[in-house]
Amino acid sequence: MAIFLTGDSRIMIQGITGSEGTKHGRRMLAAGTTVVGGTNPRKAGQTVDLGGSAVPVFGTVAETMAATGADVSVVFVPPAGAKGAVVEAIDAAIPLVIVITEGIPVHDSTEFWAYASAKGNATRIVGPNCPGVASPGKSNAGIIPADITSEGRIGLVSKSGTLTYQMMYELRDIGFSTAVGIGGDPVIGTTHIDCLRAFAGDPETDAIVMIGEIGGDAEERAAAFIEQNVTKPVVAYVAGFTAPEGKTMGHAGAIVSGSSGTAQAKKEALEKVGVRVGRTPSETARLVREVIPGR
Amino acid sequence: MDLFEYQAKELFGEYGVPVPRGQIARTPREARAIAADFAAAGAPRVVVKAQVKTGGRGKAGGVKLADGPDEAGARAQEILGMDIKGHQVHAVLVEEASDIAREFYLSFLIDRAARTFTSICSVQGGMEIEEVARTSPAAVAQLTVSPLAGVDRAKAAEIVSAGGLPPEAQEGAAAAAERLWAVFADEDATLVEVNPLILTADGRIVALDGKVTLDDNAAFRQDHERFADPGSADPIEARARAKHLNYVKLDGEVGIIGNGAGLVMSTLDVVALAGEAFGGIRPANFLDIGGGASAEVMADGLEIVLSDPSVRSVLVNVFGGITSCDEVANGIVSALGMLSGGGREARGREGDGSRGEHVTRPIVVRLDGNNAAAGRAILDQAGLGVVEQNDTMDGAARRAAELAAGPATGDTPAGA
Repeated sequence: MAIFLTGDSRIMIQGITGSEGTKHGRRMLAAGTTVVGGTNPRKAGQTVDLGGSAVPVFGTVAETMAATGADVSVVFVPPAGAKGAVVEAIDAAIPLVIVITEGIPVHDSTEFWAYASAKGNATRIVGPNCPGVASPGKSNAGIIPADITSEGRIGLVSKSGTLTYQMMYELRDIGFSTAVGIGGDPVIGTTHIDCLRAFAGDPETDAIVMIGEIGGDAEERAAAFIEQNVTKPVVAYVAGFTAPEGKTMGHAGAIVSGSSGTAQAKKEALEKVGVRVGRTPSETARLVREVIPGR
Repeated sequence: MDLFEYQAKELFGEYGVPVPRGQIARTPREARAIAADFAAAGAPRVVVKAQVKTGGRGKAGGVKLADGPDEAGARAQEILGMDIKGHQVHAVLVEEASDIAREFYLSFLIDRAARTFTSICSVQGGMEIEEVARTSPAAVAQLTVSPLAGVDRAKAAEIVSAGGLPPEAQEGAAAAAERLWAVFADEDATLVEVNPLILTADGRIVALDGKVTLDDNAAFRQDHERFADPGSADPIEARARAKHLNYVKLDGEVGIIGNGAGLVMSTLDVVALAGEAFGGIRPANFLDIGGGASAEVMADGLEIVLSDPSVRSVLVNVFGGITSCDEVANGIVSALGMLSGGGREARGREGDGSRGEHVTRPIVVRLDGNNAAAGRAILDQAGLGVVEQNDTMDGAARRAAELAAGPATGDTPAGA
């Protein structure tokens, strides 16, 4: 079954004619994903070549959905136009929009989240500044490399792209049901908790890996959620123990402010509720092997 | 980007938020002259305030009252050059002293957990708001601000009323709050904080301090560069920025290069952990070269990291995802060629031994992911004397820490 993204998902791309949109559209298609179309208001009616497949370009999200049955949109639109793109997807009531774009002003992200909320959250937003969602063997929406892992029964949720890839690769023999990159910005749509809830209810997921990093208190809140709601084994990793206070470490949201948002506080909160926390990515992978049922 | 107090107050002034009259001074002589002008205008009493981007400067002796120009010069002399929590004082704000009747607190910020904006207001200002929240939580009011509705006068009045401000302060404070919201919204700020917001003895509301953080992601539509402070930035960070590299200087000995913010943060941690066994070896920097890891970017990255004289070994930690490891390995080989064999300009600048020289500090490379075996073979065949490979992140971190702990070799051109 996986979460958010299944073999039946029909993917469209906002910004399909841009270099990133085309490149990753081709990769998604090559990975077996059903890519049905995309938008560029100035190139509506044309097609874009994604590695031999001619994919139609439409003017709007609503038109793409009507013509192709798209139910997931992946956004590659550059920062200046990203808010407009997400608002358009929300207006079209597409069930899932995955915002890959890095560098969106946080005022814009906060506004489109408020807009989605005002519309009753009919559209799930993943990201921004995220690698996307991958359900190996079924569908791949975003920029997660498709060939580094296999289909299996671990669910993964992470703020970081490359740490996600690292973990998927280290545990490729066990495999993953779904990996969700939720993004490293201060304000994101889908949270650790949303993914934990979905994985807890997914019969195809046996264990959950959660990767966090400095900044905010999402991991602390996830710990509280796990204590109350998750009985499947959860293993966690937190990056940024050595990050100095007040410095943004690559991701816009990865910053320790005063005494809040430290890796140590997150680790302690998770361990307090029985989550095993690895000190390095490979130790984390070892811990997953210990908790995965039937091994 | 964090602003200095004087920059925050300039912004406040532009938006019609009342602030005390003041000017920036970089020497005691300038401070004296500013105070002399205030004295001539009938305001002999001034406050000399250290301009540093950190809290707690009052306790550190960075804020002093002065009566008249001579005292102002003397106080500036004491404060300029001070080190406040690692921040050197290069400038002081000389401001007319205010007659304070009451001190309040007001801020707008992002509530990450609720994914919205929020306001915090308190009748108890002048101290850390976290402290007030701990000791008298009832005195601190936090009200959500909808990003779609924003703050109009009615919402501003609701905020200051919830904060418990006395009736005589509410009208002025609400007006200030509405204007401060405009600063927050129109300037793409992630924090606008006034602590204290004061009521003066003659009944005026004035922003006596100001802390503003601007969103770097909004630089494409804002003129944030006018607040840039090249003088106080770390010189290596400044050069990395010019090359569009995501670099943060740290205080250790192992230079770090990796792809992806999370993986690099993790690499710093793994190096620090491994370094405990070698007398406390620590990472020297954060450097994320992004997904592609092309030869050019790798060369820029190595050049930046090696320009830090405290770097004694380098760890390159790359996970091949979309880019495969053979391309990354070729990037490393070409990068070392570029650095050692010329072909790149701007080498051999004074005081920087790493440029124009053969790279001699050891570089530990760990490649994993797509085509890792091919990538490792390319590095082996290239026969680069300074490069040593390790298959695991933990192993590579341990080796880099061990090499950094060994006798420093410096960057003298070796026979290699």
